[in-house]
Amino acid sequence: MSSVAPADLPVGKDLGSIEAAEQVTYREDTKAGRVKKRLTSRTATIVSLIIAVLWTIPTFGLFLSSFRPAELIRTTGWWTYFANPGLTLENYSSVLFSTSSSSPQLGAYIVNSIAIALLGTLITLVFASMAAYAFAWIKFKWVNWLFIFVFALQIVPLQMALVPLLQIFSTWLRPMQAWLHDVVPIIPEQNYAPVWLAHAMFGLPLAIFLLHNFIAEIPGDVIEAARVDGATHGQVFFRIVLPLATPALASFAIFQFIWVWNDLLVALIFSGGTQDVAPLTQRLAELVGTRGQDWQLLTASAFISIVIPLIVFFSLQRYFVRGLLAGATKG
Amino acid sequence: MTTGDLLGKILQVVMGLAILAAVVGLLIFFIDKAPKKGRDYWQLAGFLLPAMLFVTVGLVYPAIRTSILAFQTSSGEWTMDNFIWTFTQPAAIRTLINTIIWVLIVPTLSTIIGLAYAVFIDKSRGEKYYKVVLFMPIAISFVGAGVIWRFVYEYRSGDREQIGLLNAIIVAFGGEPVQWMQTDPINTFLLIVVMIWIQTGFAMVLLSAAIKGVPTEQIEAAQLDGTNAWQRFINVTVPGIRGALVVVVTTISIATLKVFDIVRTMTAGNFNTSTIANEMYTQAFRASEIGRGSALALILFILVLPIVIYNVNVLRKQREIR
Repeated sequence: MSSVAPADLPVGKDLGSIEAAEQVTYREDTKAGRVKKRLTSRTATIVSLIIAVLWTIPTFGLFLSSFRPAELIRTTGWWTYFANPGLTLENYSSVLFSTSSSSPQLGAYIVNSIAIALLGTLITLVFASMAAYAFAWIKFKWVNWLFIFVFALQIVPLQMALVPLLQIFSTWLRPMQAWLHDVVPIIPEQNYAPVWLAHAMFGLPLAIFLLHNFIAEIPGDVIEAARVDGATHGQVFFRIVLPLATPALASFAIFQFIWVWNDLLVALIFSGGTQDVAPLTQRLAELVGTRGQDWQLLTASAFISIVIPLIVFFSLQRYFVRGLLAGATKG
Repeated sequence: MTTGDLLGKILQVVMGLAILAAVVGLLIFFIDKAPKKGRDYWQLAGFLLPAMLFVTVGLVYPAIRTSILAFQTSSGEWTMDNFIWTFTQPAAIRTLINTIIWVLIVPTLSTIIGLAYAVFIDKSRGEKYYKVVLFMPIAISFVGAGVIWRFVYEYRSGDREQIGLLNAIIVAFGGEPVQWMQTDPINTFLLIVVMIWIQTGFAMVLLSAAIKGVPTEQIEAAQLDGTNAWQRFINVTVPGIRGALVVVVTTISIATLKVFDIVRTMTAGNFNTSTIANEMYTQAFRASEIGRGSALALILFILVLPIVIYNVNVLRKQREIR
């Protein structure tokens, strides 16, 4: 999974966040301001402008194209928009609402992505915070070794776990899924359980490590005082530790949500690929394979699949950057 | 999707939540009711139980099992064939070479571009917006990025107007359009561009934070000594951010070694573009060659290991200095 980088990244501090970087502003009349003027020469400005434009153009091209009529996408480049104007919502309505068997029918997959990301995040978060509390506040010698072991598990690549885990699931989980389908026919035999469990299993080592770092910093006096007053570990965990750890929980939750939402590998192996379970990413990858030339479908579908992470990115940037820097190499 | 389907899905989520709440509730209940004797042990066990169970079933056992499978035939006899195949078959060797090309180019270019950009925009007006622009791709899934770039690389045969930006530029300068994704070896490099596009933002944000940590006095002192901007950059800034550079390079290297989604989406590993992670998936889950897939997974693990160990050592030394 991850390298050990998280330990030293500016998690929880403000250095890493984009807004925080802005706080380190220098006034023009200070010495630093003068240094700045000479450092940011005209060439530097031009080069960074070029990089910025290069980085934006591909996404912008896809975005604009997703609103162009199919005929125009097929015959003209999106940069000729002013020569060939025309905007439509046709592409979006056809990938979302068309019920013909040849259309992408993204509705079901959007629901799947939300369902998978929601519980894939929540299960990880709940179990990780419990374990992190135990590691941080219940003292036994061998517990440290266990913690180091869990921490070390981050380096195991996902690929090492896929084959045996799939076998375990088909031996133990599959009969339970079949039984559930018999009892509640409305729930298909292929359900979310394997994908949820897989995401939780793969997410735990990093989650435990990050939350432990945070929970261990909660002042010992607070917890000792509560214990002396007769609070049980359960009460301390719910009433003191969780509320105090909210910022760390939020950062990790956002990171894990985006990670699960953007995942393709876990979905490919554990979802079964039908519209009962498969998330947007898997559907999009499938469309690229089968409808690779139908750009009116691909552009709209791709934009739908990336819009949620982008909204999270722009609205919760500070948390997002922290979480992301901490877990950049997960997987 | 019918209403029934949707209801079934909502029901699943509700049931999932209910089961999770029940498990946690029961655990906490029993933890608080633990017998007096050895109480702390029981409580610890209760808090650790779900996570340890998940980690054991999902990672520890599978990793051991994969290591064994790598040395077995499909009927369970011990063999080295899986590794022999990996290091002798031309297609498999090409996969290894591609992975090496990826891991040499992506971290290097991402870091250089990210660092240059971070230095250029440092303390400039609109720094925040410059950063957002470069950082945005990291929120986009690899699959989404794959589609975005496939569109850039799109090819139209004959005299038809090119709708892919890259070919349009080639044609505008009087060249012949190219089937980028099918043309070996340029296709591998074009896939690498996608990964660089995603990772540069990560490098930039981390390095930018590190650059702001370099004391202004040092820069000014160097300036008084009559050095030019480039000398100041090489002799003051770079040594000052060495730790961050190591973290960035190693982190991106590990992510690159595991690259799967981009290759899967854009070429599915065809036309000599496969990498270890993609080939592992193809062998184990498409060709049902469990042994070969496991061997590739093990190779991936072994490749990641030294980078992680190096990273740990650097971090530990930094801690000691502090």
